[in-house]
Amino acid sequence: MTSLRKLALAGAIGLSSLCASAMVQAQTIKVGILHSLSGTMAISETTLKDVMLMLIEDQNKKGGLLGKKLEAVVVDPASDWPLFAEKARQLIAQDKVSVVFGCWTSVSRKSVLPVFKELNSVLFYPVQYEGEESEKNVFYTGAAPNQQAIPAVDYLMSKDGGEVKRWVLEGTDYVYPRTTNKILEAYLKAKGVKDEDILVNYTPFGFSDWQTQVSAIKKFGSAGKKTAVVSTVNGDANVPFYKELGNQGIKATDIPVVAFSVGEEELAGLDAKPLVGHLAAWNYFQSIKNPANEAFIKEWQAFTKNPKRTTNDPMEAHVIGFKMWVKAVEKAGTVDSDKVIAALPGIEVPNLTGGTSVMLANHHITKPVFIGEIKADGQFDIVWKTSGLVPGDAWSDFLPESKPLEADWVKLNCGNYNTVTKKCGGS
Amino acid sequence: MEPEAALDRRLPLLSQKTLLLGMRILYERLVTLAFVLIALLISALPLQAASFEDALTGFTADSFNDTAQAIAAVTESGDPLAIQVLGALEEARLMFSAAAQKVYFKDKTDKLFDAATGVALATAPSDLNPVRLNNRLRGLLGTALGTLTLMAPNASKRMDAAQSVFKSRNASTLPALDKALAQEKDADVKEAMLEARAAIILNITDATPDEKIAAIAALAERGDNDAMVMLRGLPADAPANVKQAAAAAVNSIQSRLAIWGNIQNLWYGLSLASVLLLAAIGLAITFGVMGVINMAHGEMVMLGAYTTFVIQEFFRSYFPGATDYALIVATPAAFLVAGAFGVAIERGIIRHLYGRPLETLLATWGLSLILQQLVRTVFGPTNRDVGAPSWMSGAFQVGQMSITYNRLWIIVFSMVVFAALLALLRYTSFGLEMRAVTQNRAMASAMGIRTGRVDALTFGLGSGIAGIAGVALAHIDNVSPNLGKAYIIDSFMVVVFGGVGNLWGTLVGALTLGVANKFLEPFAGAVLGKIVILVLIILFIQKRPRGLFALKGRSVEA
Repeated sequence: MTSLRKLALAGAIGLSSLCASAMVQAQTIKVGILHSLSGTMAISETTLKDVMLMLIEDQNKKGGLLGKKLEAVVVDPASDWPLFAEKARQLIAQDKVSVVFGCWTSVSRKSVLPVFKELNSVLFYPVQYEGEESEKNVFYTGAAPNQQAIPAVDYLMSKDGGEVKRWVLEGTDYVYPRTTNKILEAYLKAKGVKDEDILVNYTPFGFSDWQTQVSAIKKFGSAGKKTAVVSTVNGDANVPFYKELGNQGIKATDIPVVAFSVGEEELAGLDAKPLVGHLAAWNYFQSIKNPANEAFIKEWQAFTKNPKRTTNDPMEAHVIGFKMWVKAVEKAGTVDSDKVIAALPGIEVPNLTGGTSVMLANHHITKPVFIGEIKADGQFDIVWKTSGLVPGDAWSDFLPESKPLEADWVKLNCGNYNTVTKKCGGS
Repeated sequence: MEPEAALDRRLPLLSQKTLLLGMRILYERLVTLAFVLIALLISALPLQAASFEDALTGFTADSFNDTAQAIAAVTESGDPLAIQVLGALEEARLMFSAAAQKVYFKDKTDKLFDAATGVALATAPSDLNPVRLNNRLRGLLGTALGTLTLMAPNASKRMDAAQSVFKSRNASTLPALDKALAQEKDADVKEAMLEARAAIILNITDATPDEKIAAIAALAERGDNDAMVMLRGLPADAPANVKQAAAAAVNSIQSRLAIWGNIQNLWYGLSLASVLLLAAIGLAITFGVMGVINMAHGEMVMLGAYTTFVIQEFFRSYFPGATDYALIVATPAAFLVAGAFGVAIERGIIRHLYGRPLETLLATWGLSLILQQLVRTVFGPTNRDVGAPSWMSGAFQVGQMSITYNRLWIIVFSMVVFAALLALLRYTSFGLEMRAVTQNRAMASAMGIRTGRVDALTFGLGSGIAGIAGVALAHIDNVSPNLGKAYIIDSFMVVVFGGVGNLWGTLVGALTLGVANKFLEPFAGAVLGKIVILVLIILFIQKRPRGLFALKGRSVEA
């Protein structure tokens, strides 16, 4: 008799605790963070995981979202592209997250796309990329080529940029540099640059012996016309590249290098003195003077307990993306994917550089473009910026195959609408 | 005001100032004053102190265009303070206060001076900002300073000046250049000035054909790409004999440059070979001599690089003056750290897996991942900065090729390591025991050699040398947890190609691969070049499965 009573009691306790946990679950909104914490990309992506944790903690201090607390679910896809898809599936199907912030390389984004489509979830992608894509479930808060590469080339062609006539397009051998360089080549030729004044060169990932390449650049640059290097060299290979530039005495006044993947974080790993004057194009720099930015830097350094910790462009993209998602959820009154996706276009949030970024119908955002010169302390001096905010263009107008394409998820409900054939579905 | 009157007014003022500024500045000021006097006499420019002050206000606008105009105006003013102001601007020591509309410069000790008068300031204005530069302004500034410092007392300054005149080819600098040439004593500087003069002469229209031909000869002597471009850019209406001379000069420069291009490729190949040798030589011991497939070899290199970083940080915080010598401590430390890890790995894991290559491969691969993540946890995922000591940075010119010091030292370093290792194997009792154990384990054991101990030490030696390689690689590559991964494939390639079990084979293998790679790269590009090398090695291994220098005899079958 007693044992039966005990059993019933235990059952009741078990049941009630189950209910309680179910209630706790219902009271939180889960946010997935899909960034590599190990492997090659950990160098860049770990920071983004930390900034997401900070933003979520911040939002919870403000009382959460829709009266619920936010809960971060962190997974480690370990810089392994297929693992990104697996982990994304785990986040959406098993952990039931409402939204995912993640990915860095384009190949990791491409690998998770089918998962997000199939399970109909929302991904915020914070890194500058090659464009030529617009998906219903993805929101691109990083720069499209027209928000980074094209303005940088325009700057170099201008008087202040040195009226560059000869171009070296130096990149790592994978999809982002290849597509970006294709767009740039088409753009330069449209501007009247001749074939012999463009040198395109690719090196493998993690390349470290830059002697031949740098001396080729030096030789190419001594043809009597002002020469510049447009670098889409990515990741670890940048450090030996810049070291070799410094060692071979290529100064920014002779041949400036403008980079699309080198930010404050990357410069923290090397001695910036020989690099003074080389350029980078981004939509955000830590050195931009602005109350919102100063507050963010302060909070970030307090959060990481490191007074020297730098901030960078993809971090700002996550800040914008997170704020946009919060606003969209508040507007929709739910975290339901379809409703949030519908609510996002048109959402406006202040960015950290003093402007207001808008989510566009093509799932890209408006951003200002800045050109910064590297200073000896590893920070950037802003030498040029666009007068207003540039809307992100998913399909480049400089490539014949993507010129007629348009992405509009509001009116056309299509990511690749062909304006010539009037059909949704590619070129 | 007449120019003479302006000078009269300023002379007493100047001496007052110099008294205030002290003896060092007095000297500099007198030199510049002398120069200004000459400049004024030559060009008799009607410039006054007021125009210098006016010119300075251009710096307070914080606009690149105004700064550009201010640079030109300050240069033209001929004011004795111009060199100081422009020099300060170049080194980001020129400050302005927008509220006061005044410009100041700091000296090297951060003391503030009024740029218009050169008088030291007691209190700094509150809204002091540095005058900003961009690349265009840096170029203008270089030209401006080039003209002003052609007669500087410091030879290296005069050299820089001559080179910036060469680059700008500005005809208006010719009188100043001739003046400087007449006084120049230093042979190198004189040559640079003559080249700069030739570059100007080639471009101006009122030079005689004979002058132009002499200029062409001087440029042909220089013989680099810049000279060739100038010679090619000769105007079409030049006299026939000038054109002929230029064409001949271009031809001779071209053939010389082609030879230098090959020498340069050879040098780059040697430099790549030295890096490959360093990375592979430890593997030549563990894989070549012991037959252990150690996939964690690259991580030993990485541990060596991180040891270098830690030692350098230690020096930076405790002996900031002696950072250049951190390497002397870092080299043995890296050997010990990586060697200790090696011994621990051998005793803990590999010892149990002898004769089972597949398990060894998997176990050491897993170990490499563990070590990477361990370092990532301890040091963080971001790259660490290992600065090059002063004697390892920069480059020097040999003919038409620049040799960077860090690459030069790494070649020397790899040779020393190779020689030391060879000597260790040949002349020490440990080397003897090691060779005995690898050749015939049972017999060596019967002779009383503790084979287990020799195994552990041999593995430790191979790992330790990998650690030393890390010291060198830290200076040319990223110090990141992934450092080792980049070298493991190349290392295996070198060892297999060179012939397993033979150190000389490793040397020759590294040299061949390095040089072949660098000769292929200019034609095929880095990606295709690497593929070609891989294919060639595969074909070679088909023909000679044991590599270049195969070991013969019984030990091979064991």
